[in-house]
Formats: sequence, structure tokens, C-alpha cells
Amino acid sequence: MKNTVLKCLKAGFIGLILLLLYAPILLLAVYSFDKTTLIGQFRGFSFVHYINLFTDSNVLGMIGNTLLLAVVAALLSTLLGTAGALGMYYCKKRVKGAMQALNQIPVINAEIVTALALTVTFVAVNLERSWFTLIIGHMVICTPFVVLSVMPKLKQMDGALYEAALDLGASPFKALMTVVLPQIIPGVVSGFMLAITLSLDDYIVTMYTRPTGFETISTYVYNATTKGNAHTAITLSSFWALTTIIFLVIVLFVVCSNLVGRRKKEEK
Amino acid sequence: MKLPHFSRKTLCIPYGVFLLFFVVVPMLVILFYAFTDDAMHPSFENFVKFFSDPTKLSTIVYSLVIALVTTVVALLIAYPVAYILARSRIKRKYVILMLFVLPMWINFVLRVNAIRELFNLLTQVEAFEGLANANYFKTIFGMVYDFLPFMILPLYTTMTKIDNSLYEASADLGGSAFTTFTRVTLPLSMPGIMSGVTMVFLPSMTNYVVSDMLGNAKVTIIGKFIYTYFGNDWHMGSMIALILLIVVFLSTWLTGGFKADENVRGANL
Repeated sequence: MKNTVLKCLKAGFIGLILLLLYAPILLLAVYSFDKTTLIGQFRGFSFVHYINLFTDSNVLGMIGNTLLLAVVAALLSTLLGTAGALGMYYCKKRVKGAMQALNQIPVINAEIVTALALTVTFVAVNLERSWFTLIIGHMVICTPFVVLSVMPKLKQMDGALYEAALDLGASPFKALMTVVLPQIIPGVVSGFMLAITLSLDDYIVTMYTRPTGFETISTYVYNATTKGNAHTAITLSSFWALTTIIFLVIVLFVVCSNLVGRRKKEEK
Repeated sequence: MKLPHFSRKTLCIPYGVFLLFFVVVPMLVILFYAFTDDAMHPSFENFVKFFSDPTKLSTIVYSLVIALVTTVVALLIAYPVAYILARSRIKRKYVILMLFVLPMWINFVLRVNAIRELFNLLTQVEAFEGLANANYFKTIFGMVYDFLPFMILPLYTTMTKIDNSLYEASADLGGSAFTTFTRVTLPLSMPGIMSGVTMVFLPSMTNYVVSDMLGNAKVTIIGKFIYTYFGNDWHMGSMIALILLIVVFLSTWLTGGFKADENVRGANL
């Protein structure tokens, strides 16, 4: 008897926290299918926010900016970080230690300090804010995480394989590409994914390093909610639709990967 | 001229240069700006101004209190969740854990906006009218909401590593559930608590997106404070950033978070 009560309490607690976690998202999902631009007033079922989302050139521009920035910054970070991790791994202990310590700075630092320090530097050398400064800013926050996800894979690797490739006549570069790289690919991929999510989520660094007039989803929604007007209300409500879509995509992705994982297990 | 021989070590040069120019130099630049005046002469004026201005000091205290409350609330929610999940014998508890992490994949600002809309709706109900002005409550709710996964994941990871036989041994030796908790579970989950606390405490002191969007701009935390100097007084802004930098590094050092091998944030995603 005591056990069942305890079990119910536990399940209830988990359920309550999950409910709190999902309430805001579900609320937006429900209202995204309504004509209203004001939460709390139902005006009738409609796809108007979804239509806005996919036809308003302003909104599409912001989504495009966000995605393009994330992909470019993540690709460059992955290249730089993977090469950096490889080089560091084979360097002398002192160099390796120094670089690993420097690599930790942007990870630990408050994002606002990273952003301010970069911007002050750009101002000091009279560098106009542009796509260049923006991408540098994103690379500063993303690359350390790429290094951190590649490093453990390098440590797990069998060093003798590289030596064997050299003994069998491969050039160092070829050995690196055909022997080492395939072994660290999982780390590279997870580093890339991490870089994408960090860049997509970022507000603070973007705010500081962006060129004038450049808007991502984050900067627009932040500015519109803190200094909103009638026009922004319409755009903001099309972001309800976007939130819903992102949420559904994530849920689908998780369900699919779960199903695939289960099938793989059964095959074994 | 012969082409230099390719060495694996040369691969770290681009990243080394990048770190030098965009991580080391900026830190030196804010150090320089913090201790100079508008005419670029060395000056301790900003340092003195900072520590003699009551509004600046009270902002720091406010930020610390908000961050502390956020961390404690997040810990109080995350600890039981992680404990229940780690100790339960249900088959697919991984799925439940995923449910706690899922919302993190929605854009951060969109997520905060969703919370904002929820509060807007609640204030239309008479019983919750008071929420309209409960800026601190809303800010802390938003921060706990956003940073909760960073608390749950490290706790869950350390708790699943605790050997079940330890619990049994404690029970066999006559330990009550309470003793088992204080003598076995709590000490062994300490590393998880530590890494969770650092991952929640620091961002909640500096991430002003939440406090701005949910606190009606009435809640000023140290991150926002730096922003107000953006573009008009680089020297004061740099001084506050420098102080924040020192605080952050000191607290990371104290909690032993400098272990470069552990990709705490990455490994858990």
C-alpha cells in the first residue's frame, strides 16, 4: 500500500514538471491555428499564421539569415576545430595544454563578455560590423565545442594504425585522411550538430557583432517583444506557427530515431 | 625552394592564430580599455567609480541573488527528477529523460516568448492578476525553465553510476531511508550537483534575454548592465566585463570546472 502511494507521488511529480515544461509550447501550438494575434481571444480556426510564415518576405528573410548564418558558422567552426584538435593532439604537451586552456575560455566565459570583448576589439581596429564580424563572433562560441567533441575520439583512437599506414607507404596527409579521420568522424559530426544548435540559439553575440539592419529570428523576436507595436504583433504570431513547426519536427525526429534504434536492437 | 614537409602538428596553426586574434587579443583589449579613459591615458577612474556607485553594486547583488534563487529552485526540482528516473526500473526511462531535454531544441528566444505568452494569458484570469507585476517571479520561472535540463542531465549521469549494491549494503546494515540518502546518495551525487550548479548559476547571472523579456525590463542583471554601456562608454563597459570575467573564472576554478576533457554540455546533448 505504502509502495503504491509512493509510486503515484513519484509519477505525479514527474508529470507535473513535464506539464509545466510543455504548457507554454502547447499554448502557442493551439493559438497558432487561430486567426487571433492576441493570446486569450479565440477568433476562429485558420491557417493565417502559417500562410504568413511562408509568404511574408520579412519573416522568410529572417529565417533565411538564421539558417545561413548557422550553417556557414558551423561548417567553418567544424573545419577549424577538427584541424585544431588534430594538430593539438599531436603537439608537445606544453603547447597542447596551453591551447586546451585557451579553448576553455569562450566555453566558461559569459557570452556577454565574449561579445563585448570582440566588439571592442573590432571598434579599436576600425572594423565595420559586417557578415565577417558576425561569423567570427559565432565561430568564437562554436569552435571550442567542436574541439571538445573531437578530442575524446582522438584519445580513444589506436595510434598504431597511423604508424602502420606510414610504414605501408602512405604519405602523412593520406594516412591522416584515410586512417585517422574515419575514426574521429562521430566526434566531428556531433561537434557540427552542437555548433549548429549553439548558433541557431544565439542572441547576445549576434546582437553585438551583426551588421546594421541584419535580423535573425532571435534578434527580431527579442526586440519585438521588448519594444512591440501593432505590426510586430502580426509577425510575432507567425512565429507561433514557427515554434509549433520546430516542435513537431523535433518530436518526429525523436520518435523516428527511437523506432530505428529499437529495430536495430531487435535485429541483433 | 623545397616545400616544407607536412607535419600533423601544423594543423593546429590556423586554430592557434584564430584563438590568439579573437580570444586572447579581445581579453587584452578589454583589460586595456578598462584601465584607460577617453583620451586613452591610464586611469583607475572606472575601477573606483564601479566600487563607489551604489546602483552598480546593488545590481551585482541583485544578479547574485537571482542567480542563487534560480540555482536552488532548479536543483530542488532537478534532484528528485534525476533520482526518480535513475532509480526507477521502468524500461524506457530514456524516453522520459528525452522529454525533459526536448524543449531545448526550440530556439531559445522563441521558448522565452512562449513563456511570456503563457504569463500574458494567466494575467487575464482574475486569480492570477498579481502576476502582471511579479517581475522577479517571472524572471526566475523563465530561468529555471530554460536551464533545468543543464541541471537534470549531469545529476542523472552521476546517479546512474552509483552502484545499486551500495544502497542494499546501507539497508542491510540498518540504515534508514534517510541515512542512506545522506550517507550514500548525496555524497556520491556531489560531482553532478557541482557541474549542474555551475552550468545554471553563471548563465542566470548574465543571460539578460530572460530577465528582459519576462521582467518587463524592470529586472536588471549584470549582463544587461554591460549592454547599457554598449556603444557609449566602452571603458566602463569593459571594466564591468572584466570584473564579471574574474568572478566567472574564480567560481569555475573553485568548483573544479576546468577539466578540459569533460565536454559536460556537449556530451549530454
